[in-house]
Amino acid sequence: MKNSILKIFIALISLNFSCAQQGENEVNTPKTSLFEAELIIDEMQIPWGMAFLPDGSMLITEKSGELIHFKDGNKKVVGNSPKIYLRGQGGLLDIALHPDYKNNGWIYISYASEEGEDKGGNTAIMRAKFDGNNLTNNELLYKATPNTTKGQHFGSRFAFDDKGYLYFSIGERGARDVNPQDLTRDGGKIYRLNADGSIPADNPFVGTAGAKEAIFSYGHRNPQGLVKNPMTGEIWDNEHGPQGGDEINIIEKGKNYGWPVITYGINYSGTPITDKTEMEGMEQPLHYWVPSIAPSGMTFVTSDKYPEWKGNLLIGSLKFQYLERLELKGNKVVYREKLMPDLGRVRDVKQAPDGYIYVAVEGKGIYKLVPNK
Amino acid sequence: MKLLILLYFTTITLLSFTLFQDQDTALKASMERGKDIYNDFCVNCHMSNGEGVSGTFPPLANSDFLLQKREESIRGIKYGQQGYILVNGKAYDNIMPPMGLEDEEIADAMNYILNSWGNKSDSIVTPEEVTMNIME
Repeated sequence: MKNSILKIFIALISLNFSCAQQGENEVNTPKTSLFEAELIIDEMQIPWGMAFLPDGSMLITEKSGELIHFKDGNKKVVGNSPKIYLRGQGGLLDIALHPDYKNNGWIYISYASEEGEDKGGNTAIMRAKFDGNNLTNNELLYKATPNTTKGQHFGSRFAFDDKGYLYFSIGERGARDVNPQDLTRDGGKIYRLNADGSIPADNPFVGTAGAKEAIFSYGHRNPQGLVKNPMTGEIWDNEHGPQGGDEINIIEKGKNYGWPVITYGINYSGTPITDKTEMEGMEQPLHYWVPSIAPSGMTFVTSDKYPEWKGNLLIGSLKFQYLERLELKGNKVVYREKLMPDLGRVRDVKQAPDGYIYVAVEGKGIYKLVPNK
Repeated sequence: MKLLILLYFTTITLLSFTLFQDQDTALKASMERGKDIYNDFCVNCHMSNGEGVSGTFPPLANSDFLLQKREESIRGIKYGQQGYILVNGKAYDNIMPPMGLEDEEIADAMNYILNSWGNKSDSIVTPEEVTMNIME
């Protein structure tokens, strides 16, 4: 009897400890690494996005404007890539293949563009085909307006859902009090288009007077992670908060995610933005980070190569320079772990069709996570 | 003759006074514009008081690198900065991409960071100085 009381006591104590570890925004460091990070492409400046072609080669965007084709160990610059506006956080951004790329050959690219009359630039979305050397059949699908010389918050990431709709994000372009809550303006939104760039008839703001009808959800700050949850088919985003208040959200049709009316963050200067963290009619994040990790690309792990991580979410941290692994229980983050510490600013992470996870790191290049035997 | 000398000195004094004042006003205006640039392009990493993030993003406040290496600092903003640098005895091995700023904006940002958070610079950075500063 005495023994069992002791056991229960110890169990209770250790339960307390494990709870403490999973307290708000606590990140854990694993004792042993389950993988080796193998640098497969070196000498890259800011590899922003990655796409994996059926022949095993890769397309990588360098923020400075070069589209790189990596095949058989060689890097080659792809011709006829879009003309970019290189300013602040803007440049050549994300790249994604159509889910049926094998049959239709469409590649989607997001970038900062000067297109239009006004000085400055804003986020643009285009699609093209790739003939092995050049982009061909380039088509501009969307260009946010107006142009501005602000250097901030271009977004942008792509995701396709199970029905073949194209989702992309555009940040609020440094105009938080003007753009995110106004449906007649671009910026601070997640958009949804048909794969050919046309607007789906059942988009939430079709027919709303003056609204940009491509908008799917609003009240975002700067989403730089967007992915389909392969288990549920939902679209998930992560977005940069100000100082504190980075978020993960599940993106639902027509919903308002609250920026800048509600936030868990404060201004860089330390002054408050708002005293509200929640409000009727505005969505709560699934998870938020204080302090900010500056989240970049993200991916769900589904592959058999990493059995311990199945169903986990991987997200890059630009600020603290690591890859974050998040364990989920339903729609709740229950454990956070720091992988690849101090390697550099992690810009993108993707699980490739070969089942391996690839990580793009600024100033370094592309790493492949090879599980330890 | 005495009158002439007196007039001469008075003129010189007045002239230099207005000239210095002009410099001062020019610097203040440039710093004002530079502050906007800073809060748009730089604050995310270098933070609002120029303190940076130790080990990741070097500080600008009381930074020996910034205060002693004016030319290199301008080039860093203009063309980007990559690789190992030593700031206040601490090693940094990171990347700062070029921000796509115009020469005038770089001069303004330099004047702001050279004269804020306890930093002090003897001479104003002009857009011409930025234009002349090219990567070898």
